[in-house]
Amino acid sequence: MDMALIITPFAAALIAALLPSNRWRPWLTPAAGLVHFILALRAVFGTAPRTGGEWVGFDPAGKLVLLLVSTLFMVTSISLIGYLKSHPRRANRVFVACMLCTLGSMTMVAWSRHLGLMWVAIEATALCTAPLIYFNKTTRSIEATWKYLLIGFVGIALALLGTFFLAYSMLHAELKASLVMDDLLRAAPHLSKPWLHVAFVLMLVGYGTKMGLAPMHTWKPDAYGAAPGAVGTLLSGGVTGCAFLCLLRIYQICCAADEFAFVSPMLVFMGLFSMAVAGVFMVGQQDYKRMLAYSSVEHMGILVLGLGFGPAALFGTLLHLFSNGLTKGVLFLSAASINRAYDSTRIDVAHGVLRRLPVSGGLFLAGFLAITGSPPFGPFISEFSILNAGFGTGHFVAGGLFLFFLLVVFIGMGSTVLPMLQGREAEPAAPSMHRDSFWTVAPPLVLLGAVLMIGLWIPVPLNDLLHSAVEFLEVQP
Amino acid sequence: MNSPLNALLVVVLALNLFALGTSRLVTVIKIVSLQGVLLGLMPLMIEEHVEWESLLAMGGTILLKGAVIPWMMMRAIREVEIRREMEPLIGFLPSMLLGALATGLALLFSKSLPLASEHTAPLLVPASLATIFVGFILLTTRAKAITQVMGYLVLENGIYIFGLLLLGVIPLMVELGVLLDLFVAIFIICIMVNHINQAFSSLDTRRLSELKE
Repeated sequence: MDMALIITPFAAALIAALLPSNRWRPWLTPAAGLVHFILALRAVFGTAPRTGGEWVGFDPAGKLVLLLVSTLFMVTSISLIGYLKSHPRRANRVFVACMLCTLGSMTMVAWSRHLGLMWVAIEATALCTAPLIYFNKTTRSIEATWKYLLIGFVGIALALLGTFFLAYSMLHAELKASLVMDDLLRAAPHLSKPWLHVAFVLMLVGYGTKMGLAPMHTWKPDAYGAAPGAVGTLLSGGVTGCAFLCLLRIYQICCAADEFAFVSPMLVFMGLFSMAVAGVFMVGQQDYKRMLAYSSVEHMGILVLGLGFGPAALFGTLLHLFSNGLTKGVLFLSAASINRAYDSTRIDVAHGVLRRLPVSGGLFLAGFLAITGSPPFGPFISEFSILNAGFGTGHFVAGGLFLFFLLVVFIGMGSTVLPMLQGREAEPAAPSMHRDSFWTVAPPLVLLGAVLMIGLWIPVPLNDLLHSAVEFLEVQP
Repeated sequence: MNSPLNALLVVVLALNLFALGTSRLVTVIKIVSLQGVLLGLMPLMIEEHVEWESLLAMGGTILLKGAVIPWMMMRAIREVEIRREMEPLIGFLPSMLLGALATGLALLFSKSLPLASEHTAPLLVPASLATIFVGFILLTTRAKAITQVMGYLVLENGIYIFGLLLLGVIPLMVELGVLLDLFVAIFIICIMVNHINQAFSSLDTRRLSELKE
């Protein structure tokens, strides 16, 4: 049953690679996305006990990431049809196949309970997404892809070293070394502390690079700026979510080893530092896609900060993973429409968006309000919950800084977004045939609905899933 | 003591310094591929009975690092017609000295690391750390895309050396997965190298500077 979740995307990718028709190929993505989504719902909310043995299987944390990835993919795959329709002459064989492979490898990350296997899957997501970033084949996208690959590879290589160190910490404690999560959690209290510490640092840096935590975030603005909007959604919501899951695994092991006091300050520092860097670069940002990338850096920081606040903040952190991922979808997809209408990602060109694209502009505005933590959207609830836990656990300085950086980001982002949406269109406005259409508007609208719903009332099944994930991560074996 | 293994590790360390000191790209590729072959042979000297699984992983390593990757890299440089690394950020001799210094420090540092009793003798840990560091030097101080990739491969080799401590712990599937990822990574990089050359008429990554704040 679980196997089908992995096989569906890869099989669809194979079909995409073999199918000769450039026109019909894009339809494979929503088709596979829908099948994957239905299977994922069954796997996440079904009552079947966990299967698949020690190596693989969906535990509550994995289920959460699977649900996020599958939802985002299904929704973005619909916008992809519109996107590829507007580029009819460009060959999309590699693009569609890589999209589907990305879905497959993200599912693999969520499925793995073996850290080695998980590493392989994370590296696979990096490899599958590189051709997606490169899709526009401009000098800018070459540069972005090159940086993405090189920085990403080095980061993931460090994570592999960290994984080896973790296994060695077991060997050093004269236990039978293993990289299976269950074994690691059982052995956690006896692990060799120095090796565990170094392993944690390496994995934080390695998977942090993949998430885009500062100061390893430098690839992010370039890659998100060059990638098509649908790819930006998958990267900022899905791939980062997978990398965060890897971080959750090592975090759980460290907590089981009673090393929370060691990891917490590092996580809090990395989180606040990422928020600060994002804030600095967002103020006066002239490019709205790069601005979204910095917003992603900020929210990765919030996630890590939430982890650093400890078990009390876990619920908010996991909820934030979800609400941030969905909101990023709204922003990237509506930004993609704006980009197509103005043929530029610079705010001095894209002016008066609300006049030219009333719906996409409105969605972008709503997305901006949501991501900066305004009520009544989902990120408000999750950020508030993290902040609450931070103050509750005595992190007053960190909590205060958290609020301050949120404010900086709000002002910085607002000063970019509002002039762009309002105002008149620049004088001889470049004529563009692009207007809002079903394909470009419906997907972000659906995501916005979900974000709003999380803000007003978290659906019971999702709430149960979040609680079971918190319980799962807290439990010490 | 495991003297054949130690001897091989010393050769690996020497190759590191050699790679830092040469400007000819072909030589760097050859050095890194030789290093890959030596690494592939090492499990033979550690395990007492070699099982078919580790033979498969060894064969894969040697084939990939010793033949397939060098072949792909050679093809890439033939297509873009580049022979030498010019104007590195740190000169060849200084970077060689830096590499030697790093090797010495790695030797000293690993004395203070808490190692499991059966692993104190071989040079595995210091060799691994030194190789990783040399990979970093190549990656960060060289301007040509190809040399940076070779730096990444040296870094990967260093991690592989540490992985030898865990022989038998990492399952075959994961090892093959790592190799497959490496192969695809190099494949994509070779395509990118070609496109960089076409778009910028150069492989100097310092020209990739359009995107910045």
